[in-house]
Amino acid sequence: MSAISFQMTSKKRKLKDQLFKWVCVSSIVFVLLLLAALLFGVAKDGLPRLNSQFLQGFSSRKPEVAGIKAGIIGTLWVITITIIAAFPVGVAAAIYLEEFANRRSKLYGLIQLNIANLSAVPSIVFGILGLSLFVGALNLGRSILSAGLTMALLILPLIIIVSQEAIKAIPVGIRETSLALGATPLQTVFKQILPNALPGIITGLILAMSRAIGETAPLIVVGAVTVVFNPPAGLHDKFVVLPIQIFDWSSRPQRGFHENAAGAIIVLLGTLIVLNSLAVVIRARHQRKV
Amino acid sequence: MSSVGANYSETRARFGPRKTFFRRLETLIKFLFFLSAFFSVIITVGITFILLKETIAFFQSPEVTLREFFTTTDWSPTFANPKFGVLPLVNGTLIIAIGSLLIATPIGLLTAIYLSQYASPRARNIIKPILELLAGIPTVVYGFLGLFYVTPILQRFFPTVEVFNAASGCIVVAVMVLPLITTLCDDAFSAVPKSMGEGALALGSTKFEVIQKIKFRAALSGIAASIILAMSRAIGETMAVTLAAGQSPKMTLNPAESIQTMTAYIVQISKGDTPVGSTSYLTLYAVGFVLFVITMTLNIIAKKLVLRFRILSV
Repeated sequence: MSAISFQMTSKKRKLKDQLFKWVCVSSIVFVLLLLAALLFGVAKDGLPRLNSQFLQGFSSRKPEVAGIKAGIIGTLWVITITIIAAFPVGVAAAIYLEEFANRRSKLYGLIQLNIANLSAVPSIVFGILGLSLFVGALNLGRSILSAGLTMALLILPLIIIVSQEAIKAIPVGIRETSLALGATPLQTVFKQILPNALPGIITGLILAMSRAIGETAPLIVVGAVTVVFNPPAGLHDKFVVLPIQIFDWSSRPQRGFHENAAGAIIVLLGTLIVLNSLAVVIRARHQRKV
Repeated sequence: MSSVGANYSETRARFGPRKTFFRRLETLIKFLFFLSAFFSVIITVGITFILLKETIAFFQSPEVTLREFFTTTDWSPTFANPKFGVLPLVNGTLIIAIGSLLIATPIGLLTAIYLSQYASPRARNIIKPILELLAGIPTVVYGFLGLFYVTPILQRFFPTVEVFNAASGCIVVAVMVLPLITTLCDDAFSAVPKSMGEGALALGSTKFEVIQKIKFRAALSGIAASIILAMSRAIGETMAVTLAAGQSPKMTLNPAESIQTMTAYIVQISKGDTPVGSTSYLTLYAVGFVLFVITMTLNIIAKKLVLRFRILSV
């Protein structure tokens, strides 16, 4: 009697086990299918728009004449400034934290905690900071420069974190050997640590870059424009970037602009996928070497 | 003169570190490194200072009181007769945050369980990069997807759904935070010591029972941390909700209606032509401050939970 009831419960339990596994599998299949369906929609709407006129056009009232040239060039400008401003500071900060800081000091704890917190602050709050600091206090105007610097503040925590990871991964032996041979700590940093950490740092830089390329909200707060007829030519020019162009077209009522937005999304996602693949390749190569 | 002290300083002067040009340069460069690291603290102080200063200026204006801001339910700061009750914006933000988590948490948790407990290494190697890809999609793209693909589908099933609606905002934000929840929960499950599960398996438990009764409980604080971080992300999320959920501040709980979140309001006021420095314009900072305080609090709570879960799993 009890053997039978044991068998029954055992069967039930095994059934439950199988059922649960399939629930897990179906949840992931659901996510993948959803993603595929959405991307298919974008491709269907946007691909017909991708022609040379679209890539070279500027703002227009007519969706079929409008293009993304200003957005692409604006994005290039802003990202360049962002990288120039954030990269040296971020790497220097990571070097300090990994190589020189006293890990037991309160200051070290404070800085680490602060970087972690900062990386989780909503991006739009950085926009408010940029608006008050660069546009307001420093009087740089609603310009490419302000946009790039705001973005630099936004990705700085990310660059510090990934650079720290890259430096941490260097074997202690390299450091100690260098010091034992009489190199000063700074010589060790510049001749041993940085060259060895570089692939990791570059990977992180590319990821930070792709984050900055996709960010929209802080640039709206800093004051992007949406109607541009010339590509920006200098640091103090007004700016528009690709995601802002997508936002603007999406919020217009005409269907033609929605197709334009889909086309711009394909360009944006394509760029990000290329960048991410690049990061993966660099990481893989480096791992093989070590 | 032959005391130890005199000899020491003499020796130090002759053989100790010399203040040559290069030594000074080293000190200078090290100081620059320190400044770079300290700069992150300055950013936080800067954000806090600016938000606080302008928020105080906002409350000093005669048009608004603290009581009105935090207790009344009418938000129309740019109208001729402005009303400054922030609760509709908080309501909109909470609808998005809670709604998206109700969708994302079960799916993310199940996906994480699949990845950490069932998936073959090969399946993991395929699915993990896809999740990373999902995490890298810009939020404005999610907004586009919500507005032009999710909403029409919702409208087909529920004809009362408005063009801008909270539901499509919740759905796209859920997809957006899904990779975060999955990755963190995956880490939490993987951190549970293997021996704990193996003991139960040896006693005849099924895999499901091991997951349900042992691993899930051991990973609980990590899971909780992932949900709180996802909530913080959902609250700070801007473009997706601006495009999909609309621009009408309302005290509604109906997901078919258009709402406005705090972030969407900040976008609206930034795009508009409200005169800089007016009380209506200062709402930008007051709302930003509320947003900043809420997300910071959530991040600190999550951090504490993660710390606890690390101590437990060691």
